[in-house]
Amino acid sequence: MKRVIDGSEIARILERLTFQVIETVPDLKELALIGIHRRGVWLAERIRKIIEKHRGILLDLGSLDITFFRDDLGEIDYLPKAFSTDISFSVTGRAILLVDDVLYTGRTVKAALDAISEFGRPSRILMAALVDRGHREYPIHADFIGKKIPTGLSEEVLVHLSEIDGEDNVYIGVPSTDTKIGGNS
Amino acid sequence: MKDLISAKELTKDDIYSILDTAESLHEINRRDIKKTPALRGKTVVNLFFENSTRTRTSFEIAAKRLSADAVNFAASSSSTQKGETLLDTIKNIEAMQADILVLRHEASGAAKFIAERSGTCVINAGDGINEHPTQALLDIFTIRRVKKELERLTVTIMGDIAHSRVARSNIWAMRTLGMRVKLFGPPTLLPNDPKALACEIAADKREAVQSDVIITLRIQRERQGKLLIPSLREYSRFFGLNSEDLKYAPKDVLLLHPGPVNRGVELSSSLADGANSAILDQVENGVSVRMAVMCALRRQ
Amino acid sequence: MPLMLKNGFVVRDKVVQTNIIIDNGKIADITDELPQGAADIEVLDCTGLHILPGLIDMHVHLREPGYEYKEDLKSGSRAAVQGGVTSICSMANTNPPVDNSSIVSWIKRRSDEIGLCDILPYAALTKGMKGEELTEIGDILSAGACGFSDDGRPVASSEVMRRGLEYTRFFGSFIACHEEDAPLFNGGSMHEGRVSAECGIKGAPAEAESIMVARDIELVRLTGGRIHLCHISSRRSVEHIWRAKEAGLNVTAEVTPNHLTLTEEMCRSYNSFSKVNPPLRSEADRLALLDALKSGVIDCIASDHAPHHLDDKLKEFDYAAFGMIGLQLIVPLISRLVEDGVISWSEFANITAANPAKILNLSDRGVIARGKVADIAVIDSKCEYIFDESINVSKSQNTPYWKEKLKGKAVYTIKNGKIVNTGS
Repeated sequence: MKRVIDGSEIARILERLTFQVIETVPDLKELALIGIHRRGVWLAERIRKIIEKHRGILLDLGSLDITFFRDDLGEIDYLPKAFSTDISFSVTGRAILLVDDVLYTGRTVKAALDAISEFGRPSRILMAALVDRGHREYPIHADFIGKKIPTGLSEEVLVHLSEIDGEDNVYIGVPSTDTKIGGNS
Repeated sequence: MKDLISAKELTKDDIYSILDTAESLHEINRRDIKKTPALRGKTVVNLFFENSTRTRTSFEIAAKRLSADAVNFAASSSSTQKGETLLDTIKNIEAMQADILVLRHEASGAAKFIAERSGTCVINAGDGINEHPTQALLDIFTIRRVKKELERLTVTIMGDIAHSRVARSNIWAMRTLGMRVKLFGPPTLLPNDPKALACEIAADKREAVQSDVIITLRIQRERQGKLLIPSLREYSRFFGLNSEDLKYAPKDVLLLHPGPVNRGVELSSSLADGANSAILDQVENGVSVRMAVMCALRRQ
Repeated sequence: MPLMLKNGFVVRDKVVQTNIIIDNGKIADITDELPQGAADIEVLDCTGLHILPGLIDMHVHLREPGYEYKEDLKSGSRAAVQGGVTSICSMANTNPPVDNSSIVSWIKRRSDEIGLCDILPYAALTKGMKGEELTEIGDILSAGACGFSDDGRPVASSEVMRRGLEYTRFFGSFIACHEEDAPLFNGGSMHEGRVSAECGIKGAPAEAESIMVARDIELVRLTGGRIHLCHISSRRSVEHIWRAKEAGLNVTAEVTPNHLTLTEEMCRSYNSFSKVNPPLRSEADRLALLDALKSGVIDCIASDHAPHHLDDKLKEFDYAAFGMIGLQLIVPLISRLVEDGVISWSEFANITAANPAKILNLSDRGVIARGKVADIAVIDSKCEYIFDESINVSKSQNTPYWKEKLKGKAVYTIKNGKIVNTGS
């Protein structure tokens, strides 16, 4: 595996990305964050902290597990471990920033959009991803991209965050059996 | 896992995986829009040879919340009355491309019999006096939500153990999880070989209630045979549970009942409606657990 | 033309390699000498094979009349001779039941027409097998019944059993008893014990059998009558029989090869082929049955061949019919006991032929001796095969041994000097 982004760069990327969000949504009271399990939740939490630091506002934050909204749930031969969805605020009329670590085929985002729509009718939904590795299968784009990393289909992008993995790093490489699969969407 | 036939066959990992999945589905059941597309396009057939409105409804709701099409097949009004065999009935339903078959049947082993002869995923919703695995899973799910952990708990099951599929499934699953299980009831309603179930038999009610969880079972005298219990009044006095009996139980003892409760027979109203009771939670949790089971099944 | 069984292991009190000469349907000679003028004798080379008296199976359900889709007199006879069995006692629980002399005569006549083995019909003890009124015992005996039995169901009333014993004693006959206390059996589907508790199948306790064994022994003591106890399955029953024999009572007993070789463990799969009445019991019971057979407390082997159509078996365990086929399984299962050193070849012959002949008062058969009817089973104890459609000739296939590998087979069966099974 090759490291392509290190911890300090992740911090810089999130800082920049957050300011782009603030520019796009001037009325921050309108905004709420929803992170996609698992690493999207922690990235959303970091974005929330950056906003709090600079603007003094603590935004609503929800977590979303899209397992039961996947379009391949019946086809895969095992049931993936699901996490709890926790969206304790009303999404109706809000601008939602959906956060995930890696944007790939777009299927996870599609499932997340389906799931969010069951909670209500947001005024708009924006998407932020730390890494865009290409190979979209759906017409889905992210409004805020940390870094574009061209990849091959056989490659894997691994985002490690200190909250889960004990370190901040992004790796790329061909998966081997002994590496744990991280957040590749 | 193609089928869920018996709690006896579940490993610790199987049980925890279903409980964890149920936990994440549980939140969906509390949304305004209680639906996920997980089983969209799938057909779930509820085939009930015994009447059980609440279990059937629970499975039906579970299927519908997963976006499956749920069809109820009431066997009493069907061709079985005209002499069609169980196997023929199943083959017919299978021919209509059902994906999941939920079977309730009065003969022990019926679900296994069908699962071995059908490509359709089968969920045992109760077979004779043998097993009712989703009830056990929802009981254990309810216990975990309250007690947070399972493995060091003691559970007492009171009532007709010998003819209870609920008791048997609970015993198997709880044993697998390393829980301690005590049984209490009149000797006519205890299993003939308690060693086979590896449970303790409580000598009296006082010993029985010294437990973290008490599951009281429904008494159906008309069904169990009048020989086994002289009268409901007598049963209630010596083997039922009321507030007085709970004096010797821990303050936070959790009371479960698979329902419907015979108030004043196996459980007094004050207990059924009291702070220790989780009977309605069981009903709610039943939907989440059954959704989790449906998501876990895979055709071979 | 005379027939010679050449060079086989002839099973009598001892096993001796010699020749048997058969002429006019009888055993003419047992000799080491080869006869003169060999052109006039048909020779069957039996080198390496065991020669036993044709098996006498005291307990067979042939289903005709009434249930010909399960078995009939002809298909049952074929299964018998394929299994080395030359005399079978057919049970009376047909539809209509065998409860009068004309049905008995009809079965005897059909047996002669079929010409494979002797069908010796039991007649029902009570009219319509209802357990209320005695059948015409004397009239039925003169038509050729071998004994009386309501097998398939117990004689619930002690009074009826008492009167039956008194009345059959006068005619020198006996009652074959299906021992089951029906209220205690209480709708069970298997043996009540550890496995039934684990599998959630309603069980029937072994005492449902032993209580009735004890009752009928008491009634033999009271009446001086004679009983033969069918398909004994439990250790407690064995203890009662042992005491009865010690007391010199007129009691004999049989056990099935299934109960000698299988236990309640078979029911774990909920496979209804393992459902039988009396049920397969615990390992302790099985070992007690083996002991009882060796020590003579149990007199003989009977198959309780109970064919059932797949439609009656391919069901929920609770709803499936009780019973297993067995005519072609005696030889492999009892050969296994010989191979395992549990019994000797001579004991094999005693429990499958000599003792049943004594119980049935058939002095012309049951042993290999000069002058006896030439009913003979020639067994290849080394022959291995899968018990499937290619072997089974019964109309039914309900046995836990279905598609199992077996060893030991009747390769020739001779009835009245005629080869009725050529092993193909």
